[in-house]
Amino acid sequence: MKVDTRLLDRVSSGPEFDAKLCLNCGTCTALCPLGLEILPRKIFHHVLLGDKERLLAEENAIFSCLLCRMCEVNCPGGVHIAENVRALRVYLNEEIHGLAEV
Amino acid sequence: MPVPIASTLGILSDNLRKRRSALPLSRRARTGWARGLALPHGGETVIYTGQMWQMVPSINAMAHQLGKYENSSSGSLFRFARSMNKLVNLTPFLARVSAKDRAFYDERLRNIARLLQNAGVPFGYLYEDDLYTGALAYDEGLDPAFVRHAQYVYSVLKARGVRRLITVDPHTTNMLRTVYPKVVKGFDLEVRSYLEVLDARHPKAQKKLDVQATYHDSCLYARAEGVVEPPRRLLAGAGLRMVEPELSGKLTFCCGGPLETLFPGKSADIARQRIEQLRSVDHRVITACPLCFANLSRAAPKDTEIRDISDYLSEAYAATPA
Ligand code: SF4
Ligand code: SF4
Repeated sequence: MKVDTRLLDRVSSGPEFDAKLCLNCGTCTALCPLGLEILPRKIFHHVLLGDKERLLAEENAIFSCLLCRMCEVNCPGGVHIAENVRALRVYLNEEIHGLAEV
Repeated sequence: MPVPIASTLGILSDNLRKRRSALPLSRRARTGWARGLALPHGGETVIYTGQMWQMVPSINAMAHQLGKYENSSSGSLFRFARSMNKLVNLTPFLARVSAKDRAFYDERLRNIARLLQNAGVPFGYLYEDDLYTGALAYDEGLDPAFVRHAQYVYSVLKARGVRRLITVDPHTTNMLRTVYPKVVKGFDLEVRSYLEVLDARHPKAQKKLDVQATYHDSCLYARAEGVVEPPRRLLAGAGLRMVEPELSGKLTFCCGGPLETLFPGKSADIARQRIEQLRSVDHRVITACPLCFANLSRAAPKDTEIRDISDYLSEAYAATPA
């Protein structure tokens, strides 16, 4: 795996990204209407590890999230999951969708 | 395969920058609902639609079109659409709205305005300056375009001397009350949903409705804005016997609406699941969001009756005009 040492910084430069508060309990995935493995075993983990390739491969999952916050209101770690998902969207929009310009 | 994400979001971002809306609508489509209601132009307190109710007939028509592409490889078509849309507003072509659909959604806004009038709430309307808040662009992470748009919307509200906003849907409420203060410096407007405004006045029903129904909480009202009790108190006051689904209030289950643009198939799956949960307690379902209403209605079997909360409330609380 190629490590992108700037990945976490890039993702954190937009909306709040506090995935490091995650306790790895799996409540979010269990409650998600889509069963998204948003946290922690997959997508957010890729960011914390600097695994850009795996992160980009999750584009569909990242844009599938309803931002419904069923996970968030039940998260024992107090992770702002919906904002984290938005942070990833902002990053992907800049990085691969060519939608960065202001 | 979903619809092409980059091109679809590109269209959204371009529309917001160039036309200040996700789905740019004609003046008549935006403000026609207020005809004949004699709403004053502007003022310190205004009803703020954020064009959400007005947009739903176009979203319905568009969803129908996009649904055809969800499982095809139509990337080049979408890329072409995006470049065309930079030059001409494609919305009226992509989304042919029937007059009946438009009139139906307009009527919900008229319900809400009449309820406020009947409750003696003084308010005006900004007509041309009642702008879309940029909710969808925010959700999709189009932050550069969204932030600039939000600042513009706020500058218009300040220039019009507005101090209090009465919102009519959860998305606009959440944007203005929770998101704008984070991205617009000095934001100082008071924002309340019409359900909160009405509830605070403890209105007396003019007519009691003898009906049993279940209420679908919108995710944003329930989890982000704490609007859980006002709709229930108003419905109970109107005489309705409310039965709760297993997942309600803060633990409500999404209607699937947010996925409609990019993943219409998944969106419909979620809606069907939610409808089943609601129908297991009652076939009469009440919504309080135009997007929940539209998405659940599409998924519901014929014997399910879905109505907006403003229908019941106006029958009970605005039975006779103010
Ligand atoms: S519910 Fe919260 S703490 Fe548990 S795995 Fe999900 S994000 Fe982590
Ligand atoms: S906010 Fe996203 S990840 Fe969380 S429960 Fe809803 S759809 Fe699933």
